[in-house]
Amino acid sequence: MAAGSISQVAVPRGDVSEAPRHSATVRVTHWITTVAFLALLVTGVEILISHPRFYWGETGNVNTQPLFKIPIPASRATVPTGYGYVLPDQNGWSRYLHFQSAWVAVITALIYGLYGFFAGHFRRNLVPTRADLSWRGCSTVIAQHLRLKMASAHEASSYNVLQRVTYLFVIFVLFPLVIWTGLDMSPAFASAFPSAVSVLGGQQSARTIHFFVTIALTLFLLVHVAIIFLSGFWSRVRAMIAGRPATYEERA
Amino acid sequence: MSISRRKLITAGVATAAGASGLAVAAKLAKAYGLIPPDGAGIYGPGETLTYAAQRILTRHSLAREFRPDQISNPPFANAVDPLPGKFKQLQDDRFVGWRLTVDGMVARPASFSIAELKSFPRRSQITHLACEEGWSYIAEWSGVPLSHVLDLVGTSSQARYVVYRAIQPEWWESIDMADAMHPQTVIAHGMNGGDLPVPFGGPLRLRVPRQLGYKSIKYITRLTVTDDLKQFGAGLGSVSPEQGYAWYAGI
Repeated sequence: MAAGSISQVAVPRGDVSEAPRHSATVRVTHWITTVAFLALLVTGVEILISHPRFYWGETGNVNTQPLFKIPIPASRATVPTGYGYVLPDQNGWSRYLHFQSAWVAVITALIYGLYGFFAGHFRRNLVPTRADLSWRGCSTVIAQHLRLKMASAHEASSYNVLQRVTYLFVIFVLFPLVIWTGLDMSPAFASAFPSAVSVLGGQQSARTIHFFVTIALTLFLLVHVAIIFLSGFWSRVRAMIAGRPATYEERA
Repeated sequence: MSISRRKLITAGVATAAGASGLAVAAKLAKAYGLIPPDGAGIYGPGETLTYAAQRILTRHSLAREFRPDQISNPPFANAVDPLPGKFKQLQDDRFVGWRLTVDGMVARPASFSIAELKSFPRRSQITHLACEEGWSYIAEWSGVPLSHVLDLVGTSSQARYVVYRAIQPEWWESIDMADAMHPQTVIAHGMNGGDLPVPFGGPLRLRVPRQLGYKSIKYITRLTVTDDLKQFGAGLGSVSPEQGYAWYAGI
């Protein structure tokens, strides 16, 4: 990557605009992941529509009692939904695009992960500090969030404790889990790594967990975007594109 | 923004290494047959990565087999394309006249009746059938391993794929030799202890348990061994890519 991380750039004291808020690697991987995630979400919904029923264990079909159903029409006439019509089948391109986007997401995540560990991004920017984790540190941030009073891009020079914990949870729990449960649905993957399936209770359990992790990731996305709006949309977006928030002159 | 010369050189070297790495990877993939027949087009990179990765990691892996008490009761047959009048005639005659023709790159082209196939070594396995839609069931499938029939007719060492066709002319598929010679790929004529019921593909269905259900097509009548899928249909390997679905369904 051409541009450096925060530590490699000389920062004149007091001049915030000189320090990239996000390194080039973080910015590039952020936007590639955004595109891949949106493609995965749309195609995932399309695939779900062909069988909007969920099960627990190894197997499940229309002859099986579902764990729960999504009350939507289906794209297959064989699924009893209670609706008098069948939606058009979108599974072909949805599956092609879902897996292609999954590859993009995984390769991007590997690059980001290696960068995060070796360039100190996780340690420096995401692991909460001792002060963050103190009662006072946490309660101040939580109180600010409850009042929807977000620090602007200019006020906040680093992530607060809620951001750090959330990002770490998304990066190290939700993302690996959604990839793992996705792979579990693959019959070839299950043949090579059977215990990766059985430890979750079976392929239908993996599908159900995949669905719930997707909901968690989507909630994260919604809150993430909402907070960006609350804290100055263009300034935040600009920081993630160009590396730094708009200067005061530019904003005027 | 200042970019140091060292960084510029590093970025240049990294880009060049990445580009030549991709070129080498593409060459290797082609040489080792890791590009699927529908590996062109906008979804080609993803399909090739999936097929190549699964072939490297799972060439010899065995599909999970289950205990008899895990068999789904009742299983789910799914909808079936309209069957031609010819099927009805054969069914009325208890499939005595059903033939499975084996041709293409084989030393001794042959045609087998159901009775002949039943006299061959039988493999029974309790495996999972998962549909790309998301539903699944477990059943015991029994039949003759496809590898046994291919050995019997003498498959050419140049063979790369086996094309298989259903009695409905619009329904055909193909698999590579890794799946064709796999011990669990069977020409199934039995299910859960009895003859294979018609809704589940009786009298003959090719079961490919390491791929999704749509590769296990029902009512098969013909196997063709080939080294080139271009000459079949639109040249994409099977009817699935022609309908927008991936040829490789291991995922």
